[in-house]
Amino acid sequence: MKSLGNIRRSFTPWADPQSKPYISFKNVTKKFGDFTAVDDLTLNIYHREFFALLGASGCGKSTLLRMLAGFERPTSGEIILDGQDIAGIPPYKRPVNMMFQSYALFPHMTVERNIAFGLRQDGMPKAQISERVAQMLKLVKLEQFAQRKPQQLSGGQRQRVALARSLAKRPKVLLLDEPLGALDKKLREETQFELMDLQQQLGLTFVVVTHDQEEAMTMADRIAVMSHGKVVQVATPAEIYEAPNSRFVADFIGDVNILEGKVKSADNGRVEIASDDFTVRTLSDARQSAGSSAAFAIRPEKLRISRTAPADPSVNASQGEIWDIGYLGDMTVLHVRLPSGKVVKTSMLNAQREVENPIGYDEKVWVSFAETAGVVLRD
Amino acid sequence: MTKLGSAIFRRLVIIVPYAWLLFFFLIPFVIVFRISLSTTAIAQPPYVPVFSLADGLAGTMEKIRQLSFDNFTWLAEDALYYTAYLSSLKIATVSTLLTLLIAYPIAYGMAQAPRTLRPTLLMLVILPFWTSFLIRVYSWIAILKPEGLLNQFLLAIGVIHEPLIILNTNWAIYIGIVYSYLPFMVLPIYSALEKMDHSLIEAAQDLGCPPITAFWKVTFPLSVPGVIAGCMLVFIPAVGEFVIPDLLGGSQTLMIGKTLWTEFNSNRDWPVSAAVATVLLLILVVPIVFFQNIQAKADEQGK
Repeated sequence: MKSLGNIRRSFTPWADPQSKPYISFKNVTKKFGDFTAVDDLTLNIYHREFFALLGASGCGKSTLLRMLAGFERPTSGEIILDGQDIAGIPPYKRPVNMMFQSYALFPHMTVERNIAFGLRQDGMPKAQISERVAQMLKLVKLEQFAQRKPQQLSGGQRQRVALARSLAKRPKVLLLDEPLGALDKKLREETQFELMDLQQQLGLTFVVVTHDQEEAMTMADRIAVMSHGKVVQVATPAEIYEAPNSRFVADFIGDVNILEGKVKSADNGRVEIASDDFTVRTLSDARQSAGSSAAFAIRPEKLRISRTAPADPSVNASQGEIWDIGYLGDMTVLHVRLPSGKVVKTSMLNAQREVENPIGYDEKVWVSFAETAGVVLRD
Repeated sequence: MTKLGSAIFRRLVIIVPYAWLLFFFLIPFVIVFRISLSTTAIAQPPYVPVFSLADGLAGTMEKIRQLSFDNFTWLAEDALYYTAYLSSLKIATVSTLLTLLIAYPIAYGMAQAPRTLRPTLLMLVILPFWTSFLIRVYSWIAILKPEGLLNQFLLAIGVIHEPLIILNTNWAIYIGIVYSYLPFMVLPIYSALEKMDHSLIEAAQDLGCPPITAFWKVTFPLSVPGVIAGCMLVFIPAVGEFVIPDLLGGSQTLMIGKTLWTEFNSNRDWPVSAAVATVLLLILVVPIVFFQNIQAKADEQGK
């Protein structure tokens, strides 16, 4: 298959103020009794985007998806799809289809009938239905399983049937609720890439709900990190990882070390923070005033470990001792105990690790990082 | 448990239902079938031949030779039995359908009810069993008779101007059967509906089905095993029902259970009543076995 990398790299409609969002949540609130599942949420999703809603269970991501599908109605606010307010349209009249977490395959129908279900419901001519079903079976590579019943399929095959069924009607938007949740790790990784290819091939808008950050990072063009019914940050996977806007996002996505301290000086986008073990000098566009408390987030792989002191040991550097070593095959995780007693997590690729004389337990080391290696958190 | 121990245990577990069937179904059936091949006699028991261990081999062979299918021929020749069978089947069919029509919405409602409420609803369905069946059927007489509660009520609100004659008609039998067997229909349908994954309905709606279509295309087909089980649990006892037609039905109502009772008690003709029972069993068992075979084949084809 032709590489889709180029299309993907140049796809950034959210950065273009001229482009019109395809799906818009405008001040959407959903309450279940006293519980607010979605809280005054505003969010734009663009045509052909692979969009992920990421968050812990109970953060409102599934409710948001179910509102898009039509199973829940917003308590207040508008949901616009392709220029039309869909809040009052029942699920069976919406041009969106959903792939359910449980797959929800009809147990009394064969694979073929499952896929044809939506088409038959629409009264499509028979010849056209069988053509479309054959096409879908081919797409998910299940041609020889057409006559099977769902209970005679493996988990991975069922997932494909569910996918084929939700794609058969060529929806404007495909909603995926934890699409890979029930698969084992290996299959999940393969399927992630298949889903991405499929989405590009078909040119559809995908909205996926997941609690698995790796899944979201791999597949999505943009991720909305949600917490307590609100979107905390919407950005590309790289931005979310490299420049989390809050402690919550930094903590939720990947591993992070957070250094707390007081702002010593701030001018022209340069900030100096005094924390227990480090004097942090970094870049920040957030307005910080001297004396206010600040938190600096840095990823484990951005911390350098060395036996010799860095060029300027007074800034962005501290001594420490190796506290714990975890060997993960492709990389090694080192926990370093700093003079204040704080333990920071660092990781290094084993390709870069000294094989002859690796850093060992209790060894005194220097921990240092570059000015651009981390971010100052906003809250 | 040791390997041998668990193998023995497994055997035992399988033996229990077979032993039950053997002692409480197969052996009694053989006894009834044997009586149906006998001839009536003024004796105790009222038929010949009576087998006994004292006969010896020759004596037993002689007695076997006396057995005949005359009683079955008799059943075929007398229109009374033929009509009674047909009328029983008709009454059972109609009342099974009526029970289904009433039970399905009840079961559906129960399955849709909040989880915390379901045990209570289940309890309410089973509650009538706590009163004797006979008393419950008797109380229907008080309700249905011309000067009964139902007529008093309808007269009072002015819907009718003279009492309806319900008691001693087939309608009373239908009411009696539907009322008595309703739980047997509700419970299997409820259990089929209750374990259904609600996301299937959502999936059907998502794919374009309005709620009513989703019901007919997904919910109902998936509840069919419950419907079949319920129908059998109602139909089979209803065909042979004796108490309800006897108490609520009229003299002109002909049902096989009543015919059997008359043959057995009033006419003291054990062989003919045994033949009636044997034929009744065949009428019920043959279609069920046939149906289950079809079902098994359909399941097989799915693989």
